[in-house]
Amino acid sequence: MNGSLQQDINQETFVLNLGPQHPATHGVLRVKLVMDGEYIVDAEPVLGYIHRMHEKMGENRTWAQFLPNCGRMDYLSALSYNHGYVAAVERAAGIEVPERAEYLRVITVELNRISSHLLWFGAFVLDLGGFTPLLYAFDDREQILDLLESVTGSRLTYCYFRFGGVYNDIDDSFITGTREFIKRLRRRLPMYDALVTKNIILIKRLKDIGPISQDMARRYGATGPVARGSGINFDVRKHEPYSVYPEFDFDIPVYQEGDSMARYMVRMDEMEQSMRIIEQALDKLPEGEIQPKKAVKLIKPEKGDYYHAVEAARGSFGVRIVSDGTNSAYRLKLRSPTYSNLSLFGEAAKGMLLPDALALMGSLDLVIPEIDR
Amino acid sequence: MLLAKIKEELKSLYDDIQESPEIEEAAAETAEVPAAEEGAETTPGREEVKAEEAAPASPPPGPGDTDYKTKGYHLDVALPPEKVVAAVEILSRENFFIEAITGVDWIEEQQLEVVYDFNHFAELCRVVIRSRLDRNNPEIPTISHIYQGANWHERETHDFFGIIFTGHPNLEPLLLPEDADFHPLLKDFKA
Repeated sequence: MNGSLQQDINQETFVLNLGPQHPATHGVLRVKLVMDGEYIVDAEPVLGYIHRMHEKMGENRTWAQFLPNCGRMDYLSALSYNHGYVAAVERAAGIEVPERAEYLRVITVELNRISSHLLWFGAFVLDLGGFTPLLYAFDDREQILDLLESVTGSRLTYCYFRFGGVYNDIDDSFITGTREFIKRLRRRLPMYDALVTKNIILIKRLKDIGPISQDMARRYGATGPVARGSGINFDVRKHEPYSVYPEFDFDIPVYQEGDSMARYMVRMDEMEQSMRIIEQALDKLPEGEIQPKKAVKLIKPEKGDYYHAVEAARGSFGVRIVSDGTNSAYRLKLRSPTYSNLSLFGEAAKGMLLPDALALMGSLDLVIPEIDR
Repeated sequence: MLLAKIKEELKSLYDDIQESPEIEEAAAETAEVPAAEEGAETTPGREEVKAEEAAPASPPPGPGDTDYKTKGYHLDVALPPEKVVAAVEILSRENFFIEAITGVDWIEEQQLEVVYDFNHFAELCRVVIRSRLDRNNPEIPTISHIYQGANWHERETHDFFGIIFTGHPNLEPLLLPEDADFHPLLKDFKA
């Protein structure tokens, strides 16, 4: 790729730096673009501006000490990362989780997924030049942050899950508040649909723009709404059921087109599905403990390696643990979804107009701290 | 179904490496995994293969079944580095997708391990390919021409472990600074 970035005087191309602070990148991502006029000849994302080496920290800290790190990768859906990590350690150490705790995990994770999608919705339309939806989306998202704050104690970088359970039980005000919120969002989504989804400008910007084929998704390991927008029915919650997801009735939105509009539609539909899960979980919420009766103190998983994946808001988040039988990981690999989703950008953006490539990038729903880790 | 099929195909890679002690060791390691709780998931095809394997005193090297419930993946394939590309080609033909590539530093054995994670969109089947390299000369062929997504995973693994993926089109630092000459996930790395 470096070779092609060399300026060839006969080709009359030029190099354009997108970022590291372009607002469309939602973080510190830089893309080196080789342009032929308005068309992209070559695009190379440059990563690592906020690389913090979480995987090394995983080796230096005890299992429990690493918990707060999970909220600091994908800061928009931190609870999914909590879930992936505790589930991996629970698998490795053979820790049982009470049912009520699993329900609380699902309820909070799905709320977090909605808040993440809402922020993406606002920011994505902002990328395309529409400012107002961002304010509406933040208004809705604020309700979720209040709800989650009342349970987890934080508004963004949650550290709510513990090995074998969760840290705090929910109360009646959380339950009524959540039901209120679902009612509210069900009124708001049709409005978004009428104002934004059916907006002719948005449709023109997204339809047939940035096609991603199923084969491309496979070769790059794209998951989440990116894969589902390309007609791949793949969601870890159904594909490899974990926690108490099998007990709920919900659909996986899949769109066949593979363009930016399809990825947009997948996320918009997913919010409704998450609300369905939350409602059922609140209806069926069992009584009982939220942590194991015998407190989990010393965690020393047996030697060997373990893998656990969860469906985060952006795709499949996997944790690979190599344990040497001590109270910290010998190796902790964090497989973050947008790392793979972004890696196809270079191939997908070839030949596109620059503003279309920005629509494509927005439709990938990038969170840079999670890519850089 | 897919699992039995892929296992049979991968088995062919072991035909000419029966004698390599290093591989036997690795295969023995994966075979040690307790086979309890397998009843519900075991397909007839897998049972047959298992029975064959159990016959000789020391099992011949081959792709090892793991207990999915406790480990989180189905098939553990330990291969010498020169066989990895062939194995990945088999997985690609069967439409597996790439989850990740990473390394592990086994400093006491003076080895570096490369671990490839694959999964399938249509049917749950997690396959792990692993290969041990000499820690002082860690080289393994790239798979980025088969799975383009491997490009970044290999660059990242090179960043963190210094493993050289031969034939990689652009093995420059990705997450580390462009002039980085250190590999932070090596166990003897001192900040």
